Amino acid sequence: MMTAVVASECLEARGVHFPRGSRIILNDITIRLRSGEIVALLGANGAGKSTLFRIMLGFLKPERGEVRLNDRPLSEFSRRTLAQRIAYVPQAHVAPFPYKVHDVVLLGRLAETGIFRAPQAADRRVVGEVLERLAITHLAARPYTEISGGERQLTLIARALAQGAGILVMDEPMTGLDYGYQVRLLQHLVDLAGSGRTILMSTHNPEHAVQAATRIAVLRDGSIVADGPPAQIITPSLIRALYGVAVSTSTNAEGRIMLLPTIVHAQDSIRLASKAAIFPRRPE
Amino acid sequence: MARLIFLSLLLVGAILFALTIGRYPLGIGDIAAFFQAMAGMRLMAPDRYQLLHNIIVEIRLPRILGAALVGAALASSGAAFQAVFRNPLVSPGILGVLGGASFGAALGILLFGTWALIQLSAFTMGLVAVGVGLLIANMFGQGSMIMLVLGGMISAALFTSALSIVKYTADPYEQLPAIVYWLMGSLGGLDMTQIRWAAIPIAGGLVVLALFGRALDALSMGDDEARALGVPAQQVRYGVIGAATLVSALSVSLAGMIGWVGLVVPHVVRLALGPGNARLLPASAFAGAIFLVAADCVSRSIMRSEIPIGILTELIGIPAFIIVLHRARQGWT
Repeated sequence: MMTAVVASECLEARGVHFPRGSRIILNDITIRLRSGEIVALLGANGAGKSTLFRIMLGFLKPERGEVRLNDRPLSEFSRRTLAQRIAYVPQAHVAPFPYKVHDVVLLGRLAETGIFRAPQAADRRVVGEVLERLAITHLAARPYTEISGGERQLTLIARALAQGAGILVMDEPMTGLDYGYQVRLLQHLVDLAGSGRTILMSTHNPEHAVQAATRIAVLRDGSIVADGPPAQIITPSLIRALYGVAVSTSTNAEGRIMLLPTIVHAQDSIRLASKAAIFPRRPE
Repeated sequence: MARLIFLSLLLVGAILFALTIGRYPLGIGDIAAFFQAMAGMRLMAPDRYQLLHNIIVEIRLPRILGAALVGAALASSGAAFQAVFRNPLVSPGILGVLGGASFGAALGILLFGTWALIQLSAFTMGLVAVGVGLLIANMFGQGSMIMLVLGGMISAALFTSALSIVKYTADPYEQLPAIVYWLMGSLGGLDMTQIRWAAIPIAGGLVVLALFGRALDALSMGDDEARALGVPAQQVRYGVIGAATLVSALSVSLAGMIGWVGLVVPHVVRLALGPGNARLLPASAFAGAIFLVAADCVSRSIMRSEIPIGILTELIGIPAFIIVLHRARQGWT
């Protein structure tokens, strides 16, 4: 059942406005996710990524504007039906109790069984399938508190898949993972989108965004300042504006854009003279 | 499931064994013979029957059943509070129920002096204290977890100071010793009527807690995650707090302050059976019952006069807790 193409879903925020006190966290945000897309949300700390996620998951209500799932307002769905459609993958965390990886993933079936019914054989079968799909079957009996950060992240993704939801919202899934896990995770995301799932993920790293995303949205000071295919969005001038560093871009054989940061080495005397031009002050 | 059946059989065994403990020597055979005679399956001399009835049903059974109920209530509510507050070091008193109940009992001793009214007063004040804690939490923090903890602390402190006032005004020869003894915890004053009254709501509360087990697993990962998994976090939290407060307030009103059961028993069960709350909550109830029945046996047989059970659970609980701390060094995360 996990390999079957999931129902096509469309999640969109329309004119979402969210202040906290006198500060405007989100200002008139409109973003639309379609089936099979991987949308990477780029933005510095405090740009409003987490708040936008919490609003799109229905945890927070925007002051103005609304979030719609398949053209119906989020508020019309019950918590449980919503959980069957949209899954949330938080940053890998440490749980207070040493639940087994299998049991953490089994929590994903709560949306299906309801909170008062015990999980059935079919639910355990789904857990077995998603563990296999993410190649972490060997972790099933290990305590969630004793596995590595990368393994925890995969466990949380497995739990989201066990929910059977078509939309996955991921909060900085690459944070704290080693290179191997980052590459494997990017591959998993691309495969999931290939099976019809929609992924919205936030990231600090534009390289991850260009490697996996089909679309990149840039959030800055509570507004979406750019939204489109990676090749159009990721330009040296955007990177300079966002992060204050110089990069060059190129396109690889498959037509994907690649980023190469400009690092100046001391022995390179010609470049050294123009170092000041390459490293401008980070714009405020 | 097999483990729960095993624990329930162990509890029945502990209760039968506890019936043999006491000043008047009775063997397990005497107990069995008496219950057979009671059920009409066996004949017994009337004066012998009367004697055994007196010892078993009037004297020993109420306190043993009381120990089982109180132990089950404290251990299960402790485990539930630990999941709600995402901290394995939380005990049933976290929201102020024990502070409120002690004040209520002391007030009852001061004003009424009758056992039933003292218990009613302890129960009511236990609920009121939790109510005050929740009110404070909701006034300032929309009921967030840290505000619940602070609200409970403030409420407990408030009722503890009120208890001091009651102690200060109490008659130092009659009432004050009664208050002090009550605070040490005792199962000696129980009779079958009280057990009958308390058993149904305690059993009901324990069932409700066990039903919330899976939802508590999700809730212990965090509110947002629980919601994303389809669990109505706030409703589950208040449902569990309500049931856990009911059973712990009832247990305090039955037996006074009996510490450490609600903290240590869930821990030991978690180490033995794993942290899943759907199994942990009922298993803690059985284990808490067995533990307190056993502790009560010790309290009334080790010395000529009875040791207050609260002191005994403390003596056992503290070293157990140190061992447990070694295994689980997770603070507020």
